Amino acid sequence: MRLWTLALVALALLVGASCLVGVADLFGGDLDTQMVLMVSRLPRTFAALLAGAGLALAGVVVQMSVQNRLVEPGLVGTPESAMLGLLVVTLLAPGAALMVKMSVAAVAAMTGTLGFLWLARHVPRRDPVLLPLVGLIYGGIIGAAVLWMAWTADLVQYLGVWQSGEFSGVLRGRYELLWIVAVVAGLLWLAADRITMLGLGEDAARSLGLDYRQALLVGLVLVAVTVSVVVVSVGSIPFVGLVVPNVVSRWRGDNLRRNLPVVAWLGGCLVLACDILGRLIRYPYEIPAGTVFAVLGAGLFLWLLHAAPRRAHG
Amino acid sequence: MIELNAVSVEKSGAPILNDISLSFGQGGITALIGPNGAGKSTLLHAIAGLVAPTCGTVRVEGLDMARARPPERARHVALLAQDERVTARLTVRDLVGFGRWSHHHGRPRDADRRMVRDALDIFDLNPLAERRLDALSGGQRQRAFVAMAWAQETPWLLLDEPLSALDPRHARDIMDRLHALTRPGPAQRSVVIVLHDLGVAARYADRIVALKDGRLVTSGPRVLAMTGGMLSDLFGTGLALERIKGRDVVVPV
Repeated sequence: MRLWTLALVALALLVGASCLVGVADLFGGDLDTQMVLMVSRLPRTFAALLAGAGLALAGVVVQMSVQNRLVEPGLVGTPESAMLGLLVVTLLAPGAALMVKMSVAAVAAMTGTLGFLWLARHVPRRDPVLLPLVGLIYGGIIGAAVLWMAWTADLVQYLGVWQSGEFSGVLRGRYELLWIVAVVAGLLWLAADRITMLGLGEDAARSLGLDYRQALLVGLVLVAVTVSVVVVSVGSIPFVGLVVPNVVSRWRGDNLRRNLPVVAWLGGCLVLACDILGRLIRYPYEIPAGTVFAVLGAGLFLWLLHAAPRRAHG
Repeated sequence: MIELNAVSVEKSGAPILNDISLSFGQGGITALIGPNGAGKSTLLHAIAGLVAPTCGTVRVEGLDMARARPPERARHVALLAQDERVTARLTVRDLVGFGRWSHHHGRPRDADRRMVRDALDIFDLNPLAERRLDALSGGQRQRAFVAMAWAQETPWLLLDEPLSALDPRHARDIMDRLHALTRPGPAQRSVVIVLHDLGVAARYADRIVALKDGRLVTSGPRVLAMTGGMLSDLFGTGLALERIKGRDVVVPV
């Protein structure tokens, strides 16, 4: 109970800070305060919370699916595949509605992640670091194809937007797609036991009566949708899906029925905090939240590796 | 009753099990023995319905395991596979709770909670109930997994080399518990277990199923089927059964 209170207080403080911090001075008098809040600050706050929560949840699902704690969607080629889908649809149907582009991106992300899972079946399991390395190369290859395509089609500037998670462009009317993440989070909570069982391994999960393929597929669809929504609306943020689930797992174990809300909360709060920091570090200029998180996340990740290298896979 | 009718299994073209027909009723401990690569593990997975036979059928209590839906399958047979690589940091209580999943699909009822409590009692896991799996010793972890399989409340428990990582004391502890589970009573279970240690098989098994190169060598009550000659043929090295202090012991000759 006390934990929930603390969590809510932290969230409220961050939301408050996010509403107050920015170039436009809310109390300067010559601005319509309400309009700044409704059009810019609140949407930006929601966007950071939703993107962070979504990526953290996607990280848990990927880690459980391949039974390896050192992977996240960004390390298994999911965002690169989503970008490939986006590029293709932008080239073939430049005028397509955002929802259509998002759907194509989700299907591409799904296919790319399935490709990684297929690869993962052939990677020896003994060394837990091998799988993320394979994922890094796999994502790198897809990323290279994406860059080449964007280069030849003169669309490289789009790539920059999709690759670096950044919230300064978020305005009312341009981020609402991210609420899909909230829906996905609800669905994931319904599937929490199934995802936890994936983490017990294929034999154990099937022996317990789980339809393993179905659970895996449901998890992957939700990951693909989340990552695509985030890539399309604010750009991908690396490390969130890696660091947050690891911290929560250390702290509270892995029963997802209990932990998914904590994962979502921590992911949202951390990304929002990074966004606020990014607004302050070089005030009045901004540093993308993705960049701030990459620095923070890399530090946290090194600490995690150092703290228990033996336990990296379990 | 487990019934295998002309079961063959191939993996990527290579035959693993070849035309195995076999049936045995409930009760007691059935030991699967044979040299490395004989197909013991595959046979166990086929009985559990986790490996589909290339041809032939597997029936457990009349249920065709290759066609059964996963939850129904899991109410007939619980399989504890070898070397559980567990990513999930669960407490022992949560792990045992997942044994009940095929009964409640995420909404535990009183009967489910009672079963988890009983499992923790029977396997003396109460002091460890809130500990996480990665904080347990190998023997404790194995005991937790056996408790999970037990909580599945299936007539059949299948265990794939559950003793491989255990020292003699913990191995004996697990075998004594399994032996107690299979004695007649209201909660009697039947155990099929892959064993590498022939001494353990000689001491605990009520029935022997011997496999070599994917074929059935022999099957029957241990006292009749397990002989020095059979073991020597099976493993290709001289073995004999001797009686020491009233117990059968396998010795090399």
